[in-house]
Parts: sequence; structure tokens; C-alpha cells
Amino acid sequence: MIISESWLREWVDSGLTTDELAASLTMAGLEVDGIAPVAREFSGIIVAEVRQVTQHPDADKLRVCSVFDGEHKQQVVCGAPNVVPGMKAPFATVGATIETGQSKPLKITKAKLRGVESHGMLCSAEELGLEESSEGLMELPSDAPVGQNFRAYLQLSDSMIELDLTPNRGDCLGMRGIAREVGVLSRKEVCEPAVNAVEPVHAEEFPVTISATEACPRYLGRVIRNVKLNARSPLWMQEKLRRSGLRSIDPIVDVTNFVLMEMGQPMHAFDFEKLSGKICVRMADDGEVITLLDGKEIALSADTLVIADAEKPVAMAGVMGGLATAVSDATKHVFLECAFFAPLSIAGRARAYGLHTDAAHRYERGVDFELQRRAMERATALLLEIVGGEPGPITEAFGTLPERNTVRLRFASIKKDLGVTISAQEVAEILSRLGFVITAQDNQSIEVEVPSYRFDVSIEADLIEELARIFGYDNIPRTAGLSAQRFPKSSETTIETNRLREHLVALGYQEIISYSFIDPALSELITGSQQAIPLQNPISEEMGVMRCSLLPGLLSSYQHNANRQHERLRFFETGLVFQRNGEEIQQEARVGGLIAGSQLPKSWSNGRDQSDFYDLKGDVEVLLGLGGKTGQLSFFPVAECGYHPGQCAEIRNSEGERVGVLGALHPAIQRKLDLDQSIFVFELRLVALLEARMPQVSALSKYPEVQRDMAIVIDEAVSADSIINLVRASAGEFLTDLRIFDVYQGDAIAKGQKSVALGLTWQHPSRTLSDEEITAIIGNCVNALQEQFNADLRK
Amino acid sequence: MVDSEALLAEALLDIERASDEKSLDALRVQYLGKKGSFTDLLKRLGKLPAEQRPVAGEQINLAKKNLQQALELKRNDLIAHALNEQLEAGRLDVTLPGRRQSPGGLHPITMSIERIKSIFAGAGYDVAEGPEIEDDYHNFEALNIPAHHPARAMHDTFYVSPGNVLRTHTSPVQVHVMETGQPPFRMICPGRVYRCDSDLTHTPMFHQVEGLLVDESVSMADLKGTVVEFLQAYFEVEMPVRFRPSYFPFTEPSAEVDMGCVSCEGKGCRICGHTGWLEVMGCGMVHPKVLEMSGVDTEIYSGFAFGMGVERLAMLRYGVGDLRLYFENDIRFLRQFN
Repeated sequence: MIISESWLREWVDSGLTTDELAASLTMAGLEVDGIAPVAREFSGIIVAEVRQVTQHPDADKLRVCSVFDGEHKQQVVCGAPNVVPGMKAPFATVGATIETGQSKPLKITKAKLRGVESHGMLCSAEELGLEESSEGLMELPSDAPVGQNFRAYLQLSDSMIELDLTPNRGDCLGMRGIAREVGVLSRKEVCEPAVNAVEPVHAEEFPVTISATEACPRYLGRVIRNVKLNARSPLWMQEKLRRSGLRSIDPIVDVTNFVLMEMGQPMHAFDFEKLSGKICVRMADDGEVITLLDGKEIALSADTLVIADAEKPVAMAGVMGGLATAVSDATKHVFLECAFFAPLSIAGRARAYGLHTDAAHRYERGVDFELQRRAMERATALLLEIVGGEPGPITEAFGTLPERNTVRLRFASIKKDLGVTISAQEVAEILSRLGFVITAQDNQSIEVEVPSYRFDVSIEADLIEELARIFGYDNIPRTAGLSAQRFPKSSETTIETNRLREHLVALGYQEIISYSFIDPALSELITGSQQAIPLQNPISEEMGVMRCSLLPGLLSSYQHNANRQHERLRFFETGLVFQRNGEEIQQEARVGGLIAGSQLPKSWSNGRDQSDFYDLKGDVEVLLGLGGKTGQLSFFPVAECGYHPGQCAEIRNSEGERVGVLGALHPAIQRKLDLDQSIFVFELRLVALLEARMPQVSALSKYPEVQRDMAIVIDEAVSADSIINLVRASAGEFLTDLRIFDVYQGDAIAKGQKSVALGLTWQHPSRTLSDEEITAIIGNCVNALQEQFNADLRK
Repeated sequence: MVDSEALLAEALLDIERASDEKSLDALRVQYLGKKGSFTDLLKRLGKLPAEQRPVAGEQINLAKKNLQQALELKRNDLIAHALNEQLEAGRLDVTLPGRRQSPGGLHPITMSIERIKSIFAGAGYDVAEGPEIEDDYHNFEALNIPAHHPARAMHDTFYVSPGNVLRTHTSPVQVHVMETGQPPFRMICPGRVYRCDSDLTHTPMFHQVEGLLVDESVSMADLKGTVVEFLQAYFEVEMPVRFRPSYFPFTEPSAEVDMGCVSCEGKGCRICGHTGWLEVMGCGMVHPKVLEMSGVDTEIYSGFAFGMGVERLAMLRYGVGDLRLYFENDIRFLRQFN
């Protein structure tokens, strides 16, 4: 909302400077977003009259004008198409300067244009910074005093103040409301322009009925006959509108806009001859069609309030009028509408049709429901001044009018909520100044009636907010002494996600954060048939679905960097993934990682070996080990969409539930994404990683450890896990460690076989283990391996 | 009979020539071993007349002692020499870089959230998290934003399906906690939020940390104190902070929080738009309707809530100029935080 400062000062003489005014508005919750002058800085511009216009001898588009500046006639060359003898326009005399926003102001000097001397310049509104763009000279009214300083004539020493109003303050969407606020803040009287009832000169009324009585509590109409629409709005009105951010269109639009800006009351004018029979305010029939003023044809839904005549809807109530009944050059009689529509019956409707209008903006937030008659009289009077015409009486129809709320405020609540005491006297004073009517007061509380323009006040807390605002947030103290000490609930069997992150960082991973909505094509490429949840209104096609895996984000980030010559990357991300399971939406927290490039950064002594599956698996094992539950997790080869079928493992816990997946990215995907090296990725369910084991210590043995190594030759298809599991089962209860320290395939071993070297360690808690015992155990292991896998000891 | 002096002279010469510990040891055996030359001399003492024996014996022992000394000296010499050679051979260029994994790092948003969490944890706030696809009730209704409320236009909402949205703030997490728990509450809710808006100053996804404190007799003065303490702790600067009346449907009174620009110390610069102030937070006293809807007795309890954009705080603290950098994941950007 933009307001003219000098217009505001007509309403309330606050005694504040512009900056003080802006600061006090901002600190009262009406945030000032900007202050701009209403015209450029200039000097030497006066009102002048064009006396004669002749064609320039050497230029088609230039004219040579004789311009009277009040004392002398000046020869001026002018290129404006609209220059005509007799017109009055702003004139920059020789020596005048105009700020243009460039480093140097424009200085008007005597000049020769195509050989003809020019003494000054006739100006357009754009050149003086009054409009964004204009065609031709700024035409001034015929009574403009020639020779007068132009700035003084238009009272251009004014600023436009832009307010960023919050949705609760619909009452400030007009000069009336803002002036009221400034009056309260500066403790000054508000001088509202007098509005007198216009005497009707004929008795013609147009019948109005309201069938949607909740949605339309009040509707006023008035017929004005024989208006002359060729008139122009007076300059003062044009200027006030301009300084409110509106263009002058024609007298009728200008007057309704002026009342809108002055009082915050939307109005509408119909071409009376195009209305049929009567006005009926009703809900639309589903599918009923109306073409609006902006030419848009709209099929209405049944929750939309319309103004209809006997045959058809003629306006979308509170939003926009219809084209068919709009005022045009040919209009002779107008029907003026001024109504109060209930906020809830307008709210959201404009937006649902893709519309946003000044009227809807105000009705949604609440228009003063006692203002309509005053606004109608104001508009009528202004209109008669400009376009003449014969007004009829006002027709007023009622629906269910709202009642003024009464709210009680307990003085104790003020101290409780704000932490400050405001005296009963000050409370009463602030509320009265804001327009609340005190209906009762005692030692404990005060009861007030809420004015008809304050839709945002209905409970005690609303009044406390008003008090805080006017009393000043700055005057509320700061305290920080809050209640007794409390101890956090801290669980040792839960790992903080951040510990996981820190571990990944230590392993050389860089955290990324990628968008939760991703390209549906990429999603399908990586997760296949898994249906990603689409957004109904995505910001773009490439951000169309919610991710059901962290891999697409990791891969996109890899691509972004690979395209910039960074190809050795280790990334991780934590976050939710989204899946639909029947009706239910599942949102699961995961951690995902990606590695590509050499194992270590390329350096003088390392970095030659490429990362592979086992580098990734090692990192995953570190993560899985954080909770101390490694023993309960197993890796199974699986074929998973997106992964290399021979290099992919699923991790399951002891209940067989999936903890996560890791592996090489499928080479086909790698090719499709144009990635020129192998990529290894993992994705784990966070909840499974964050459970930790509570350490329980067992006694340390005093007796020596016994270590033995053995190498077996075994079918290459037998997995390490099955060997380990079998050996562990056969190696007795005192086995304390078992690991594979070598796997070999090559010339020394038959094709299809592999040699696996195992290191075993035993320790007894209460005695020394004998050689014979160990040899027997080794024998057991070898026998079991032989029986189950046809393995042999390697000779 | 060999003269012990001559033998000593010969031995000393041999020692002088010895080049390593091994040959030195051989010399020790040769001269002083069980079958060594000096042992031999001593054995032959018995053949001397009795009166000559003490003198000759003394001579031999003296020579032996000298020899032993010489051997010891030579040994130390050789050890020192060998060590020197070993040290010389083991000389490294210690300026070459070490062998290691590349440094990893946290995303600046995570860093900021963790910093915020630790500051609030110190003041006794718990951390709560919640779903990002939220139902309409928790994202709007329960926060006093009924359907068609003009404030809904302030939240450019992404819709997932009828009744489900991408949460536009993390406040719904507070609703979940209040619905299922018992006051007092003291928590912060960090997380991703979504708004259908994308330009130079908006990304369609960003992060918020919202806080809630509900207890007996909590006032706006407590809110002011809390917010100021937090901002000064987070930025490690005692900057001025001002509270400006504003409007959020879920708080009343509501305030926008401006802090003195940390870049120019309030003098006015490009970052603060030459105002000296930076808008950093929204806050207010929890609206009684919000408390009531979540089953909190407003006659006993009151509370305050605040919310801040993590990207904005991180921008101000780390000098990030362009919002889009956060989610491009360009390693050249991210590594600057490691």
C-alpha cells in the first residue's frame, strides 16, 4: 500500500518529520518499506502556455513552438506528438536543471535543433519523474496559472510512503485507517473531510435483494442519471491517485479508486442501461459463466458470491465487475454499488480463479461494515462535481449484519503476558484512542466494544497486543530468568545423527544438501518402478517428484562437480525420503553416500589406486560399528535397481530387516548420466544406525593367546561369509578372533578355485590352551570345510 | 717371550684400523679372549722366575687395561659413526605432504543448525523433529491459519495431495509435541521447509529453526531476553536488537526481530540495505487458540515461540552472497567451511 505523505498530513497534522513518521509507523506494526519522492529533483520548471505551433523546416517530427512563460514568448523546438496551440504544460526554462539519476543533472541551455534555435524545453511527466513512462507532453488544466513555479503548482514537495501491511490490518488499507493510527501514535486529532448527504434529484430506485444474507450483510445502490463522461478528473485527484500508485483512467474509475484509497471501501459502477430488472446478491450456480472486466471468461463455482441482475451475474462480488455491464464512453446513466461482504465469503475466492484485485484484497481482510453509506455519499458528491448528473436516493438492502464484539481485559493478564505493568488509566486511554468504546471498568478489568473496522480483535490477547503495540515493544523489559533447572533426558543407547556425520567427515566425506524434490526422469532411472510422490504444483518439471532415494541428489551433485573438473569426490547426505504405501505416506530418514575416484587424493606417494566396492564397504562398516552392533548385521548379495548386479549387497539385522544397501552404480546408469568412472554408493536407514549397545565388560584372561593361521583351497563361488560362519561354528567356544588375511586366485591355484588364508586366535579365561587341543580344533575346522564345501588345506 | 708393550702396540694399531663393530669384536677375542694373546702372556707368567712375576704381571694387566680402554673408545666411536650414517641416510623432506584421506566437511547449514542447537541445549531446550509432508491440520489449522485465511497467501504452499502439503514451517512439529506431551515445553525444531517461490532471495526449500517455550507465567519480557541472549551468543557480538510489532496467526503479540547489522555495526552498508538493521527472526507469544487446540490450559500456561531462517543466519555469519550456493553443492563452495 502506497500513500502520499502530504495527503496524510491533510488528515492528521502529526508534527513529525518524514523520518519520525516512518519510524513510528514501523514501530507500531505498519512497516514502512520505502519512501520515495513524488517527482525528480528539478529547478527552473514553470507552467507555460503554448501559443503557436509550426512545422520545423528541416525535420518531420519536430515542431517550432512559441511558448509564453508569463512574461515573454520563447521559441522552443518540441518533438512531442501532442503539442497543440493553447495547451498548458510544464516548461523547463533556460538554466533549469533536472536530476535524472545519472551522475550529472540535465541542464537546459540554449540550443539549435536542426538549425532552429530553442530556448527551453516542454516536458513530459516521465521527464520530471512523475510517471514511469509517458507519451507526449504533460497536459495541464486550462486554468493552470502561466508562469507559476511548477513544483509549487502541483505541490510536489511530497513523498510516497510504501507500507507493507500485515493481513490482520485490513483497517489500514485506506488513508482513513492510517490517519487514525498516526493520530493515536502522535496524540493528534484526525480531521476527516466532511461528507454530506447528497440530495436526490429524482426518486428512481433499482430494486436490490440479498439471498446470500450471511455473505452480504449490506448492499447500497444508487442510480445517477445523465452523467457526462468526457470530463477529466481534477488534477488534485489525479495527483492523489498517482501518489497512491494508481493511474488516472476516467472520472468514474478515478472516483471509485479515490474512495477506495481514501476510505478503504471498494465500490463499483455499472452501466445502468445494461442492468436488467433488479440486483440480486446470491451465490453463483455451479458452472455459471461470467466475463470479467479484464476480458477473462470464468466458469463460477457455487461457493462464489455474485451480484446478478434479473438475468445473469454482472459481477463477482467483492472481486471484479463484469464486462457486459461495464461503464463505457457511451454510458449515460450509472448504477453505483457500495457493499459490505463478509470476509469469509470473499477470502480465497479471487485466488482460486487466479485473480488478485484491490477490492478482494480489502474484503478478505475486512472492510468497516458501518462505512458504506458514508462512502456512497462521498463518491456521489465527487462524481457530481466532475461528470454532473442527477442522483437518485440510496437503496439499502440488508443481510445478516455483524455485531460489534465486546471484549473484557483483566489488568492482571497484562503483567502476566507482557511482563510489564500498564496502569488502568493508560490502558483506558490507549484503547479509547484506538477507537474502542469502554463499556465497563472496575479494579480488575476493563470491557470495551470493538470498532466496526477492527476485524482482528475478538479476545483478550488481541487487546493485549494493541496495548503492547502502542505502549511500545521497546518499553517492555528483557528478562531471562525462567523456572527451575531441568535435566535433559539422555540415552546412551541412542547415537546422535551428528556423531554419524562427524565420522563420515573423518572418513573424508563432504556433506551435501540437495533438494527434496527431484527430476522424475532421474528418479525413475535410478529407482525404477518405485513410484515417487509427485507434487501438485511443482516449481518446475525438474523438481516434480519427492525423492524416494538419496542417490539421485548425490549423483546430481557428483555431476555438477565432475562437469567442473572435480572427479575425486566423497559425498554424503542425510534426510527424509518419501514413499507411498497404499494410502499412507512414509517418510524415512536415511544417510546416503557416494565415492568416486582414487582411494586417497592424488599426491606424491599415493592416489594411484581407484576406489572400489571394498573401500565403500569399509566406510559403511565403520558407520555400522558405531552402535557396537556389527555382529548382528550381515551382508547379502542382492540385485537392486540402480546397482551393479554383481557388486551390490543388502545389509540386514538379526531380525532380517533391511538396514541398507551398498554397491557400485549400475554401469548402464553411469553411461546414461555420462559419468566416466565407476561410482560407489550406499544408502542406510538412519533409525537402524542410531541404536547403540550398552557396553558390558567381561573379565580379562591372564592366560596366553594362541594364534594359528590356515590356508584353504575352495570353490571360488563360496562366499567369505559362509567360510567364516562355518569356521566360527567349528572353532570352539574360546575362539576370540577370526579374520581372513589373504584371498588368492592365480597360477598356483586351479581354475575355479581360490585360496583363502584365515587367522584364528583363542584364549581360555582360566587356563592355558594346549597344542593338542588347538590341533584338534583346526582338524575340526578343516573337516567341516571339506564336508560342506569340498575344500582342502593348501599345501 | 713376547713383550707386553710390543703386543699392546700391535693391538692398538689393529684397533685403529678396525672399521666396524664386528672386526673390533674379533680383535677383542684375538687379544683378550680365552685363547687370546694377552691370556697367553699371562699363562706364560708361570715360567718366569718368581721375583719377576709381580712386575711382569702388573705390566701385562696394565697393557690389558689400556687395550680394553682403547677397545671401548673405538667401539663408542664406531657406534657414533654408524648412528651418524643411519641418521644421514634417514633424512626426509619433512615439507612433503602427509599421506591421508582428503578432508571431509559438514554443510554450512548443518554447521549452523548444530551451533544453534548447542546454544539452546545449554539453556535446557530439547530438539524435536517431525515429518516434512504434513497434513493441513498441523501445518495450518492447528496454528490458527484456517482455510482461506489471507495468511495462507504468505505461505506459498506446495501441495502433495488433498489435505497434504510440504510443511511451510517447522511449527507443526511443536503442535505434535504439545498434542502428545505435557507442559512445560522447552524445545527447538530444526529442519527443512518448503515454499513455492524461487528467485534471487528465495529457494523453494530452506531450513528453519523454530523454538517454543510453554510454562507457567512466561511473558513477552522473557521472550525478548531469550531472543537477545541467543542472537548475541550466536553472533558472538553484543549488538542492539529491536522488536517490531508484526503479525503471525499463531502468535500474539507478534514481533519481527531486527538486529544491528553485524557487518557495519549499524552504520549502514550494502548488506543491511543502508538501514543499519537486519531482519533475522519472527517471534511472539503463542496465540491462546494454538495452545487450546493442542490441549494446553491457557489459564495456567502461556508461552513464546520464535523462528529463524538458517540460510539467512549462515549468510550473515559466513558472508555467503548467493542463496543458491547452498544447494548446488559445488565442492569449491563447500570446502571453504572445512
